[in-house]
Amino acid sequence: MKKVLGNIFMAIIYFILYLPLIVMLIFSFNAGRSTSVFKGFSFKWYAELFTNSAEVGVPVRNTLILAVLSAVIATVIGTAAAVYIYYVRSKAWKNTLNTVTNIPMMNPDIVTGVSLMLLFVFVGRLVGALNSLNFFTLLIAHITFNIPYVILNVLPKLNQTDPHLAEAAQDLGSTPTEAFFRVVLPAIMSGVTSGFMMAFTLSLDDFVISYYTTGTDFQTLPLFVFNMVKKPVRPHIYALYSIIFLLVLVVLLFTNISGMKEKREKH
Amino acid sequence: MKNRTFLRRIIGAPYVLWAAIFIVIPLLIVVYYSFTGPDGSFTLDNMKNLSDYGQIFKISILYSIAATVISLILAYPFAYVMSRKKEKTQQIMMVLVMLPMWMSLLILTYSWMNILERQGIINTLLGKLGHAPLNLIGTPAAVIFGMVYNYIPYMILPIYSVMSKIDPSVLEAAEDLGSGSFSKLYRVILPLSMPGVVSGITMVFVPSVSTFYISQKLGDGKILLVGDVIERQIQAQNNYNMGAALSLVLMVLIVLSLALMKLFAGESDENLYV
Repeated sequence: MKKVLGNIFMAIIYFILYLPLIVMLIFSFNAGRSTSVFKGFSFKWYAELFTNSAEVGVPVRNTLILAVLSAVIATVIGTAAAVYIYYVRSKAWKNTLNTVTNIPMMNPDIVTGVSLMLLFVFVGRLVGALNSLNFFTLLIAHITFNIPYVILNVLPKLNQTDPHLAEAAQDLGSTPTEAFFRVVLPAIMSGVTSGFMMAFTLSLDDFVISYYTTGTDFQTLPLFVFNMVKKPVRPHIYALYSIIFLLVLVVLLFTNISGMKEKREKH
Repeated sequence: MKNRTFLRRIIGAPYVLWAAIFIVIPLLIVVYYSFTGPDGSFTLDNMKNLSDYGQIFKISILYSIAATVISLILAYPFAYVMSRKKEKTQQIMMVLVMLPMWMSLLILTYSWMNILERQGIINTLLGKLGHAPLNLIGTPAAVIFGMVYNYIPYMILPIYSVMSKIDPSVLEAAEDLGSGSFSKLYRVILPLSMPGVVSGITMVFVPSVSTFYISQKLGDGKILLVGDVIERQIQAQNNYNMGAALSLVLMVLIVLSLALMKLFAGESDENLYV
């Protein structure tokens, strides 16, 4: 009885979680222009997506460029930072670094966005620039909110490794750089990868911080969706997100299946 | 040996610089803008004008508390039931909770707008049944619902992750010692899952209290939250100074509520935000 109640409860929550996704999928096939009255089944919005591809294509391309660039840069800086923080001896300095790293994660996105925007505007006024927001300010903002998540993923892996590992490698004749790339990095690689993935997806998804830090010449997909409020949403945006949903699903299934296989092989 | 420490220092340099310029200085600039006028001279006008926004702060906090409490009430049993399933089922359920998070929350909020609108899906269906349309959108309930929908995964995940680590033998021990299901829950599971609850509360409250697109889309422009007024000051009225002052208050408010919660939960040094 208890078990049945529990299952019904879970089913209801899952239903609510997925209801807007289901609506999105259904209305992406709508023959009409509306996103709330279904006029019959059609592929026309998918077709429009590909025939009229510039409208949506540019924001999609921008989003991907930004996500790849910011995730790569954040992963490099963040991994180095994690190694640095791991070796810091002074407790006070370590605490300071950890606190500062926590700030972008703890602060609401709107405050992070506004504070960065004010910095860019302030510097822009100092140098007399007319337009202080552009692609580079957006990139800087994304790297800034991504780095803490990379550190967060890498530090625990470092804590699990033997601190003498690198020293042993150096005693055996490798240079510090060699020791890092051949001994330390492989040991923390899973943390680096998950940090990169997290940074990449956070960047793909970010709306609030981008909203404040981008210029008029560079629009990402979330910004494009938000700005659609002026004109009513047409089903083609649902079609686009249905494709994205499918991609996410494929990636998730793929990683989960390979994850399960790995587990089985270990047993 | 010297060589080693030098290298260790130098790899930290990019981040230390980056954090100083793009994390610490922006916060100082927020303070600077809060206490200056458009011409850059010192003024307390922004601080005085804050009193006009008292009601908005109050509503934002109340709605976010409501959203946090509802999320907790729903997420706690959900996480509990999930943690008692077979391991493989747990994995699948977990992915299913995260999947909507991987989609853009903006588009899902749009979708809710389509469902709840005056001419939306629910009202269209009701109309076919001969029912008068309901006012679903533009109500406090719709905004609070939007917050719960958007952020409940952030409540489920940390609670689930601590619950799945509770050793089943601890629960058996409690039973053997004569605990009923209520006292087992109250005296064993609840204290052990507290860290998850605490981080879940922060992860729902902070984005809720500062949101602006949920209130815009599901509040239909009728409900203004702190996020909305910050957005208006900055994007519509170009009043960076007032926007900065409001952001500063929001930030202080959040730091205070986090500190308060830390006090109540009797947290150790554990990181709240992880």
